[in-house]
Amino acid sequence: MSLPIELNEMTPDFKESVKEKVPTANFDLCLTCGTCTAGCPASELFDMDPRKLVRMLVLGMDEEVLKTPWAWVCTMCTRCVNACPMKVDIPKLVYNMRNSWPRDKRPKGIRGSCDQHIRAGNAMGVPTDDFIWTVEDVAEEIRESQPQFEDLLVTVDRKGAYMAVNQNSREPVTEPEELGPLWKILHTVKADWTYPSVMWAGENYCLFLADDEGWRYILEEFVSHIDNTLKCPLVVNTE
Amino acid sequence: MKKFKIPHKFQFTNLITLYAQWIREGRLKVNSDWNKDLKIKFTVQDPCNLVRKTWRQEMADDLRFVVKTIVGEENFIDMVPSGINNYCCGGGGGALQAGYTEQRRAYGKVKFDQIMETGAQYVLAPCHNCHSQIEDIGHHYGGKYHVAHIWTFMCLALGVLGENERKYLGDDLKDFGL
Repeated sequence: MSLPIELNEMTPDFKESVKEKVPTANFDLCLTCGTCTAGCPASELFDMDPRKLVRMLVLGMDEEVLKTPWAWVCTMCTRCVNACPMKVDIPKLVYNMRNSWPRDKRPKGIRGSCDQHIRAGNAMGVPTDDFIWTVEDVAEEIRESQPQFEDLLVTVDRKGAYMAVNQNSREPVTEPEELGPLWKILHTVKADWTYPSVMWAGENYCLFLADDEGWRYILEEFVSHIDNTLKCPLVVNTE
Repeated sequence: MKKFKIPHKFQFTNLITLYAQWIREGRLKVNSDWNKDLKIKFTVQDPCNLVRKTWRQEMADDLRFVVKTIVGEENFIDMVPSGINNYCCGGGGGALQAGYTEQRRAYGKVKFDQIMETGAQYVLAPCHNCHSQIEDIGHHYGGKYHVAHIWTFMCLALGVLGENERKYLGDDLKDFGL
């Protein structure tokens, strides 16, 4: 038999801690209308949905909130807060739920990609020299096999280029033949561009892992390389 | 960078925005003539990160402008809902690496149904996570659509797509224009 919830035995400590980090999260303003849940593809997975999660948070059911694996099936897509009449920031709640998991208990796949990115500058963990070799090899093949691109210029770390382009590391690593079409387009419009060698990949698994420190480190290294070494006035993300 | 208040001198933009700008400026002379008789149908995934979370409706509009330019307006079928109200594919937020495969696919069923409703043969996905997830749910639920990068069709339309750059094309287009 279900028992009534004893409200006075509950202390919403986790809610207060998230509110300190995200003052605009508005958890207490939730109208319980369910707009979030109606439009969320993750509703019902692991017996959870966004509206229920906010109720549990506000009621102080911290233990349940902090252990549900739903934190990792919600994709923080922000469709809920986009539609919410009170702008209850459920995605930032989920980010902080993820952040509350001990780092070694967070999903191995996401953690591994974040660690690789911190170490090697890309989530695939590919050494920078291999990335440069792949880029030069693919470019050479295009120059040799397609006469209209015989003067195709593809560079890494060309100082003073107008655009620095970063790209998902799965492209050069697992499908290098997908690099060519992008380069041909850039060549056609006579873009003045280069790849950076530092933190060159476009993905960001430390964000997904909710690893603030790792995320910040990647960005700082990237910004410093672009601003101080390459001095590119424009950064272009391909996704 | 905003989250951590890291100052930077460079401006930040996205490839889709540049494609749209280059087409408007006439620097990228591309059109949909290649698909005039083929009439291959396309839809597009609005990546949450690009559209809802960052550049909003402006990005959704540029994305459609670019795709319609290269496949033909009459060959483009939008998903419902789309743009800033689009459903996430279910591969975002690290879900593809999180290990909860069954839940990720259940999540993706919403996207799969949306795609099937369009009847499109190709889904253009300008985000690598969306690309992988939409392919995976297609295989899992038995969809016959292909998932491709925009640059593949941009180059096909420009007549410069190489023979070995057609990994994501169906048999119908493996030799097209060669």
